[in-house]
Amino acid sequence: MAEGRLKAEDRQFIPITFTLNGRAQEIQVEPHELLIDVIRNRFGFTGTKRSCDVQVCGACTVLVDGQPVSSCTYLAFEALGHDVLTIEGLAKNGKLHPLQEAFIEHGGLQCGFCTPGMILAAKSLLEQNANPTREEIIHFMEGNICRCTGYKKILESIQAAAKTLRQQSSGV
Amino acid sequence: MLRRFRLEEPESVKEACELLARHGESARIYAGGTELLLAMKEGLIQYERLINVKKITGLDQVKLENGTIRIGALTPHRKLENDPVLKQKLPAFVRMEHHVANVRVREVGTLGGNLCFAEPHADPGTLLMVLGAKLVAERASSRREIPAERFFVDAYETCLEADELLTDIHVPALPERAGAAYLKFGYLERPSVGVGLFIAWDQDAAIAEARIAVGCAGPKPKRVEEAEGLLKGKSARDAASALAQAGEIAGRAADAIGDLHGSAEYKEHIVGVLLKRAFQQISEQRSSKSSR
Repeated sequence: MAEGRLKAEDRQFIPITFTLNGRAQEIQVEPHELLIDVIRNRFGFTGTKRSCDVQVCGACTVLVDGQPVSSCTYLAFEALGHDVLTIEGLAKNGKLHPLQEAFIEHGGLQCGFCTPGMILAAKSLLEQNANPTREEIIHFMEGNICRCTGYKKILESIQAAAKTLRQQSSGV
Repeated sequence: MLRRFRLEEPESVKEACELLARHGESARIYAGGTELLLAMKEGLIQYERLINVKKITGLDQVKLENGTIRIGALTPHRKLENDPVLKQKLPAFVRMEHHVANVRVREVGTLGGNLCFAEPHADPGTLLMVLGAKLVAERASSRREIPAERFFVDAYETCLEADELLTDIHVPALPERAGAAYLKFGYLERPSVGVGLFIAWDQDAAIAEARIAVGCAGPKPKRVEEAEGLLKGKSARDAASALAQAGEIAGRAADAIGDLHGSAEYKEHIVGVLLKRAFQQISEQRSSKSSR
């Protein structure tokens, strides 16, 4: 297997434009840079957590065009032309998103490390399916791991947020 | 941490194959990256160049043509689990895709990447074998079709040549009076055992053809023709005892390896259990179809 060591003059910089939490960004990245590092180190959005680093746990979940991806295993150059959302982009004008409110109200977290990923994954689910069954929530969320809560409170939080969002969209 | 590499972004299959031919083992195809990047981050493999094939258009579509479903190798799992053609023609494939890894992996990972990386604990290869799928591999100036059961050579190893690119997966639509199922079991992120089954019945409701494949338990998914023969010609009633025997043979044929996912003996046993359940599932679908 090739050693894969490149000389400094072989370095490659790729200009990318993308949207991060609603703001247009223009940066240069090297091919090997991971989205999680760009988000955390260049933009300071440390709500995106690195944990398992192998796409199993979901702590690094961000939304790309509304779909959940593991930013720990997503090359940053792939963000070109896309809309990236991290937990920091969820509150609007200082007002928390209904999912954030529901997780607080229903105790959907303890240590909080998995919470940004949980909430972003749940947001993606509820945008595609406003009224998911218990089984649909469990299936969608099975790649997001929590070592504190035992999931019951997380499930309740998502169900409560789903109800709030449905009421909001129907203008009740 | 990923080591530095250079990125190539070919816009045609020919260009991609030429890059492969030029750079040999120092380069590797990159599609979704869900498996490749993990191995690279761990430092298990390193490349000077990754060849991103996602700029090549037309390789992420599902089409039905003359009774064959053509799946572009770059189609992500998430698109496959929601594809209307597959939902109608190959529900067993959709069910399998619905349970590949987790939603984030399915969003980015592609069917072709999954097959080419040949991780032993993967789902699609096992089912594709019993569905009679053919994998289309292209070179700059040639093209060949590889039956799914000949594609996998060993763990992480396929029969693709160094300058070949997997472009399409061709799956025949299920014939009348036939059904397929893929069942898996595991308690870690990846499955311990996966079993694929295809059954076709004749007009008298006897089994006209059976195809069995086992995956995850050993280094590569494989067809078990020896076990298939036991089911042929059996009526629904006689199938039960033949299935138990077929399960034992398939379990032994799986080349099960004892590891974190379970002991070899345990995996062999699970093969038999899953085979019975797969048969049950296909039979139930058949009776619900005929009662409609």
